[in-house]
This record gives sequence, structure tokens and C-alpha cells, in this order.
Amino acid sequence: MSTDLHLRAELPADQDQRGDLHSEHQILNMGPSHPATHGTVKFVIELDGETVVDLDVQVGYLHRGFEKECESGSWYQAIPYTDRLNYNSAILCNLGFCMAVEKLLQIETPERCQWLRVLASELSRLGDHLTRTGAACLELQAMTPFLYGIEARELTWDLQEMLCGARVTSNYIRIGGVKHDMAPSYPAAAREKIAKIRELLKDFDDVVTQNRIFVDRMKGTGVISKEDCIKYAVTGPILRSVGVPLDVRKDEPYLVYDQIDFDVPVGEVGDNYDRYLVCVEEMHQSLRIVDQCLVKLEQLGPGPVNVDDPRVRWPAKGRVFNAMEELIQQFKSVTEGPRVPKGEAYFAIESANGELGFYLVSDGSAQPVKVRCRPPSFINLAPLPLMVRGAMLADLIPTFDFINMIGGECDR
Amino acid sequence: MEDFGSAALKRLIEMHGSALKNTHANLGDATAIVDPARLVDVMRFLRDDGECQFDMLTDVTAVDYLGEEPRFEMVYHLYSVPRNKRLRVKARVGEKSPEIATLCELWPSANWMEREVWDLYGIRFAGHPDLRRILLYEEFEGHPLRKDYAKEKRQPLVGPRN
Repeated sequence: MSTDLHLRAELPADQDQRGDLHSEHQILNMGPSHPATHGTVKFVIELDGETVVDLDVQVGYLHRGFEKECESGSWYQAIPYTDRLNYNSAILCNLGFCMAVEKLLQIETPERCQWLRVLASELSRLGDHLTRTGAACLELQAMTPFLYGIEARELTWDLQEMLCGARVTSNYIRIGGVKHDMAPSYPAAAREKIAKIRELLKDFDDVVTQNRIFVDRMKGTGVISKEDCIKYAVTGPILRSVGVPLDVRKDEPYLVYDQIDFDVPVGEVGDNYDRYLVCVEEMHQSLRIVDQCLVKLEQLGPGPVNVDDPRVRWPAKGRVFNAMEELIQQFKSVTEGPRVPKGEAYFAIESANGELGFYLVSDGSAQPVKVRCRPPSFINLAPLPLMVRGAMLADLIPTFDFINMIGGECDR
Repeated sequence: MEDFGSAALKRLIEMHGSALKNTHANLGDATAIVDPARLVDVMRFLRDDGECQFDMLTDVTAVDYLGEEPRFEMVYHLYSVPRNKRLRVKARVGEKSPEIATLCELWPSANWMEREVWDLYGIRFAGHPDLRRILLYEEFEGHPLRKDYAKEKRQPLVGPRN
């Protein structure tokens, strides 16, 4: 700076042409398809050199009318659509919708079902966080940790496949229960895979957490204040990274989360590095919950996994073939599905990205009037301009990664 | 222990009773149906009042009750971080030039969610700083979540403008 002043002093005023340099802001389109955004989203960025002056986030490229489709089918037909909201944690989306319907029906599911649901949702959350942290490394050009993350995610998907028969679009949760119980050999296989996941998390930690390049790119970037988070209704790991220990599993416990021992990690600064640390710790907590679920499910022993309520469950096959009432009920259940009492309900669960809520309105018929999904990705993405204004263009990538926008859920 | 959801409702009835059309707590969800003209006042009270402290606007959506008058219903879900309580606020909007005041001044989270409601239901938000479509493209005609918009209806996909 001092040499610059010195030079300026030496130049005669009529030769100093620096004021004539054209330096206007540049508009850069990034996306809708860009290798560093694992999702279809477009940023229109106003740049001053490499500094972000302003940013317009344009979403909607994956809009496929989720709510319209749900409102034109039966209650059951909406469940497979909820799978497609989030390719990483389909089970959590299933769960949010089914529990909202159960709230309308005022159904309490059996204990074994609740533990199975917790088990499945924590495996989902684990897969989601692994993708987020792994992909963030990939987009910062670190291929190896991405492969560790994806290998661990494969293991969680193996466990989901053993549980429900599908790896990604699981369609496991049903209104009033789950599709079926786990196999007797499941706990042993799960423990083996979980040990392997823990090893991979250790490997991941070894190459990433103290990595100089990674820390430099993450520390102090994408900072958001606690007040802004609350004003923008940001939830999930981003809110926890600023030090607010808000977690629906703790604050409004659903299923059996009040009987489970787990911690809610929080950050201090609210930058990308804090978000990374929160996600890593949440993965360890999820594994802790899975351990407890396996022990509990073994203790409970075989039992019903579906509520015994004729409104939502089909009657036993033996009765259908031999009794008129059950035959009629089976016919009604298959052709029109459950009728849900008139009313409205909002039910929120803690998904991997934050509060995933469903607001449902029923007029008492077999077809929903309104299915609203409160999408955490969409709401968490809105304050992105706040996080990157004044930062370098390259900081947009890790910040966007840790918001973890999932196109299917954001655009619905 | 009294449920704060209904205690907040009680406080709201005390302070802004004339703005309320109805209240209920069906299925445990405390709900207030307010006069749309007084919506911003009521919401500001709910945010700032020491006994309510609803500092988070978690969700904004609308429901189309085709055939009823007023036809649309705006649905707001509030959450109080310090008190860990929720409240639902609803307001009816008529079919002819549907419009209601924006809440962007109170909670910036309303910005995107109101854009979504405008996009999918065609309800305008008076005073909104940036009321563009958000999920659909500018050239799209109609508002697809309205009940009179046929699900099978197709529209040409318009290419990029420039």
C-alpha cells in the first residue's frame, strides 16, 4: 500500500490513467447444469473481479408437481412420490408423510414398528450426511475422501436393501406401520457393516479434518449469524452450526427418540467448517442410535410391526377368503384406499437437512385435499446470498455443498 | 401444565380479539383464523410479544377450497425457538384478484415461500419486494395447484429468453 502511494505521488497527474480503467461488474451464469453443484440450480452471480457482489438463486428445474400428483391420488399413492423427494434419505420423507397421516387418523404404531422406523431413519440420515461431506470434498477436488464417503454410503444402502428390498427409493414406511419386519439375521449383518462404516469414518477423518487445504477453504467461509438463521427459518446442521441446539428429535420427540441416548452437536462460528464438524458428529450419533435400536429390537423379540386398524391395514388373507365382511373390506381397501377423517394436521420430523414438515388437509374422503411438504432444502437455500456476498467466487462451492440442496425436495 | 399453544392463543384473544375470526386446537395444533386485513398486526404482535416470541416463520402455504367463498386460505406456521411451541395462523383470501399483505418485512423467510404461493396458487402479496415465479418459468400460464387447473394440462416448454 505504501509503495502504491509512493508511485502515485511520483506520477504526474496527466499521466495517471488508472482512473480510466474500465472495471464494471460482470454477470456470470453458473448452472443450471454445473459439475460443482450436485443438483440442478442456476446462480446468476454479479462479480467484481472474483468477489461476489450479489447472487440470484434460481430454482425449480426439477419441479414435477409433487403436491399436484399427491392431491390427485389416494393417501397411499403419495408415499412413493415422497421417496423421490430426496434420493439420499427417502425413508425420512416417507416417515414425515406417514406420521402426518397417522396424526390425522390418530393412530399410535406398535413399539417394534417405532424402533424399526428409528433404525431406518438413522441409516438414511447417515447416508445423507456421507453424501454431503463426501461430495463437498470432491467439489474441492479431493477425490479420495469422496470415495471413502461413498463406500460407507454403499454400506448404509446395503443395510437399507436388507431391510426393505430397495437401495434408494425404499418405500418402506406405511401408514400405520412399516412394510415388513427385519430378517432374523439382520442385527449381526448390520453390526458387521457398522464396524466397517466406523473404520471408513476414521479414514475420512484422517485425510480431511486436519487437512490444510480443506481447512483453509472451509474456515471462515459461508458464515451466517444466529439471528439471520432464525429470521430465515433455517434448520438442521446449518442452524446447529451457529450454536442453536434445535433438533426436532429432542425438542418434540416423536417415535421413541425420548428413550434413546444421543447428543445434539453444535458449532460456534457458523462457518462451513463448523457445519462439517456438526455433520461428522451427527454421523457418529446416528451410529450410536442404530446400535441402541439393534439391541432393543433383539430384546423386544418378534411382534407386530403394523397397527391393527382396519382403516389402514388389509384384513388377514384367511378371513378374506372365508368371511363376507373382510372380503368387502379388502375390496374397499384395494380400490379406494383409506379414508382419512376431516381435518388438518402439521407434523414435523428432523430430516438430514432440517425440519421436514407435512401439512395435510383432508375432507374425510380417500383423496387428500392438500399435501404440503415443508422442504428444508428450499428454505435453507434462500439465505445463500447472505452467506456469500463479499466472498470469493470459489467460496460459493463449499457453502452450497453444506446447504446440501437436494433438487427433488427443493423443487418438488 | 397448560399447553403454551393454547396459552398463546389466549393471549392473542386478549390482545387482538377483534382481529380473530375463530380459534381451535384440533389434534393439538393451536390455530388462529384471522381477519386478512389485520394479518400483519397480528403477526407482528406474535413475533414481538414477550409471552409469544414466535421468532420463526417455518412455513407458508395456501389451500384452494374451490366452490367456497372466500376461496383460498393462507396457512402460516410459526415456531418459537425459546419456548419450543408452534402456532398456525390462517387467513381467507377471496377469488377475485386474490391478494394479501406480505410478511417479508417481519420474516425474510417469507420471501421465497410467498413467491412459491404466488407461482402455484396465483395469490398476490402486496408489498412483496420481488414477486417473481420461483418453481415455474415466467412464460407459464396459470397457477397449477389451483383445483381448476387440470392435472393433464400441458404447456409448451419455452426456451431461454436470450
